[in-house]
Amino acid sequence: MAADVKAPPLREFPETPPALVPGAMSGAKPYVASDKIQQAIGFPGELTEGWEGRALGRMGELLDRYRSLRVYLDSCVHCGACADKCHYFLGTQDPKNMPVARQELMRSVYRRYFTLPGKLFPRLVGARDLTKDVLDEWYAYYHQCSECRRCSVFCPYGIDTAEVTMAAREIMDAVGLGQKYSNEIIGKVHRVGNNLGLPGPALADTLTGLEEDTLEETGASVRFPLDEAGAEVLLVTPSADFFAEPHVESLIGYAKVFHAAGIRWTLSSKASEAGNFGLFIGNYDQLRRIALRIREAALELGVKRIVVGECGHAWRVAYSFWNTLAGIGAGGDDPFARALQSQLDARYRQPTHICELTWDLIRQGALTLDPEANDHRVVTFHDSCNVARGSGMGDFPGGQFTIPRDIVRAVANRYVEMAPDTTLERTFCCGGGGGLLTDELLDLRVKGALPRMEALKEVVDRHGVNFMATICAICKAQFTKVLPYYGFKMGMVGGVHQLVSTAIRLGAKQ
Amino acid sequence: MSTASLVFAALFYAAVAVLVGGLAWRIRLYARTPAPLRIPTTPAPRTRGGVALRLAREVALFESLFKGGVWLWLFAWLFHAGLALVLLRHLRYFVEPVWAWLAFVVPLGVYAGFAMLAGLAGLWVRRVAVERVRYISTPSDHLMLALLVAIGLSGFAMKYLAHTDVVAVKAFFLGLMRLDPQPLPADPVLWLHLSLVAALMLVFPFSKLLHAPGLFFSPSRNQPDDSRERRHLAAWAAPLDSHR
Ligand code: HEM
Ligand code: HEM
Ligand code: SF4
Ligand code: SF4
Repeated sequence: MAADVKAPPLREFPETPPALVPGAMSGAKPYVASDKIQQAIGFPGELTEGWEGRALGRMGELLDRYRSLRVYLDSCVHCGACADKCHYFLGTQDPKNMPVARQELMRSVYRRYFTLPGKLFPRLVGARDLTKDVLDEWYAYYHQCSECRRCSVFCPYGIDTAEVTMAAREIMDAVGLGQKYSNEIIGKVHRVGNNLGLPGPALADTLTGLEEDTLEETGASVRFPLDEAGAEVLLVTPSADFFAEPHVESLIGYAKVFHAAGIRWTLSSKASEAGNFGLFIGNYDQLRRIALRIREAALELGVKRIVVGECGHAWRVAYSFWNTLAGIGAGGDDPFARALQSQLDARYRQPTHICELTWDLIRQGALTLDPEANDHRVVTFHDSCNVARGSGMGDFPGGQFTIPRDIVRAVANRYVEMAPDTTLERTFCCGGGGGLLTDELLDLRVKGALPRMEALKEVVDRHGVNFMATICAICKAQFTKVLPYYGFKMGMVGGVHQLVSTAIRLGAKQ
Repeated sequence: MSTASLVFAALFYAAVAVLVGGLAWRIRLYARTPAPLRIPTTPAPRTRGGVALRLAREVALFESLFKGGVWLWLFAWLFHAGLALVLLRHLRYFVEPVWAWLAFVVPLGVYAGFAMLAGLAGLWVRRVAVERVRYISTPSDHLMLALLVAIGLSGFAMKYLAHTDVVAVKAFFLGLMRLDPQPLPADPVLWLHLSLVAALMLVFPFSKLLHAPGLFFSPSRNQPDDSRERRHLAAWAAPLDSHR
């Protein structure tokens, strides 16, 4: 463990909001993107003379393009309802990590240049000139927000700090101050097809290896098909599922479900990534171009259904934005949308979450399950922020909460909920979302995980929980890394389909 | 007619013009700014009707704020509910004859005035006493509370200490509405009350008071969760489709 990374002590549970420690995290900044990384995805290479004007120009454009930004910058009454709701504030005590204070970093500039009182009486309304110091503050604190939307649940106007963070990152990219981690990954997705930079042949090898392992383990010839035209289902999943632990266990779970249900499915080497970091940097063009890869793969392969694997922000993009960005959905009456939507099977929701698919099959009795196989586990479920507050599942509001839990209960006998203030729509981010899953931010990530760790500790102590299931690749990677800092085993976290994989019986039902 | 009456007449015409014009300008801007992506905070209603209910609960009950904390909710709700009734009670200066239901509300309005001041006091104490809220407060936040408290106190001063000729006040405002200015009683407390009210109207469209229209335009609250069933395209984003 790195020497400068410290886990804060777990507090009394339930906790009271901590005292402020101004400036505690002012030095925590992710690496800046090189000019090569920036230019590869169409941004200026570095910050140059006259950036202030260009930043304000971009801000003006965003204000005209995004109602969210305009309304949110005007409406905040500084009531403070959101102030103690952010995991980064709770974990770091830095007041600038209070959602309203994070917004204020941009609102102060907005007021100065775009409103009358800010032009006339800047001090009175807390308006500030856009200087290099302010920009540096933006870079630090807009990279200490995981865009998890927890603050927006409690705000009386639904002000979503994530929208402000995205706008700030977009403005910084537009003046050449990008974040290395996210922008490098976006470059990779365009160059190679996935965030991890795993090329097609390597992917094919990995999948063959998985087929062999699964055959050995189960005796069934479960397939992991790649680029098979004419398959019914195109599965789009985070690339971590292909080899990272515990992610791969869920991939094996999906494959077993398809196998047991007799569904012909395929992965795509072109769309070998569900993740869409365009969301994190708030750039519409990148968001759209990354989403279009899925559309193209679906059209080329002629599939009838598009299913998304366990990935939180990818599911938000798929569920909420794919129809808009790439015509993947239903109800489109324009030629662009119809070209794909007439190919897709309208009896299914498009796109479908893998949990929706599995739960439908369980309800139909199409899977043979042996929940006793999971009896060595006492399971709890961590709601991932983008699924909980940015998407849905099934036919009714809140399906994103019930469906994964229903699956877990169907495949495991021992299930426990964490404290209600930390689940469902109030769930705490894992601490690594929104483009912050990078080593130089490890200290922030460990501290941001505090509220979840406190809630986990409670169910571990009281109920002996030893497995925290989740449906997000970032949550899995983040917890694997962070759990040991709080004295937990890193193997405690895993996917819902990892549990399915353990419980499912293949070949028994014909 | 006295100079003071003419000054107040002019002041109120200006204040109404700024309030109405400013709000119309802001609301038009909000309405015209597209919301390119579906971003309701979920779980969200799946239908338009459900969204209308969600917004109604936010306006009448401050549902989200309640989730955030009970004390803040209580003060906020006392203040706003009180304010709403006080404003209704004041309607009697602007309509003749006074409607039957309004005559019923008028006596309640007095208690509402106290509720409003109690709520404001709670909010102000909180703003000073809670470290987090103090940190995010700007001078204008305190001024806004001071303004509202002063309006309330001057109103109560007229009611309980230095009575003003409310019949004449009503005649003055009815006159303004008919573009036929009448004299305003020469009463310093009334002048104070009215000047502060005019100030409130003047700052409304330029301040955080825009939260009132803002709530109705907040995409995280006013969008239905129907992104898989309906294709949602902003005007500026639609032409992008033809490039692919
Ligand atoms: C649709 C109508 C309105 C709604 C839904 C609404 C809602 C709210 C909410 C939820 C808050 C946050 C809690 C609080 O701090 O009190 C708030 C604050 C506030 N509202 Fe309103 N409001 C509305 C209209 C108004 C109007 C007409 C005024 C002014 C005359 C006003 C003045 C204020 C003030 C001054 C605050 C800040 C209080 C503080 O400093 O803590 N509101 N409003
Ligand atoms: C043009 C607008 C207004 C006029 C002509 C006006 C006039 C008056 C008058 C004449 C009184 C004394 C009532 C009495 O003696 O029985 C009064 C009281 C009061 N006013 Fe106003 N006022 C106006 C706007 C406001 C506003 C916007 C507020 C709140 C923000 C407000 C809050 C109060 C309160 C709390 C009282 C004391 C309780 C009551 O009698 O209702 N007034 N007002
Ligand atoms: S979106 Fe999440 S991380 Fe960002 S300020 Fe809000 S609560 Fe904090
Ligand atoms: S809850 Fe909303 S209105 Fe209140 S301080 Fe936070 S962002 Fe501003």
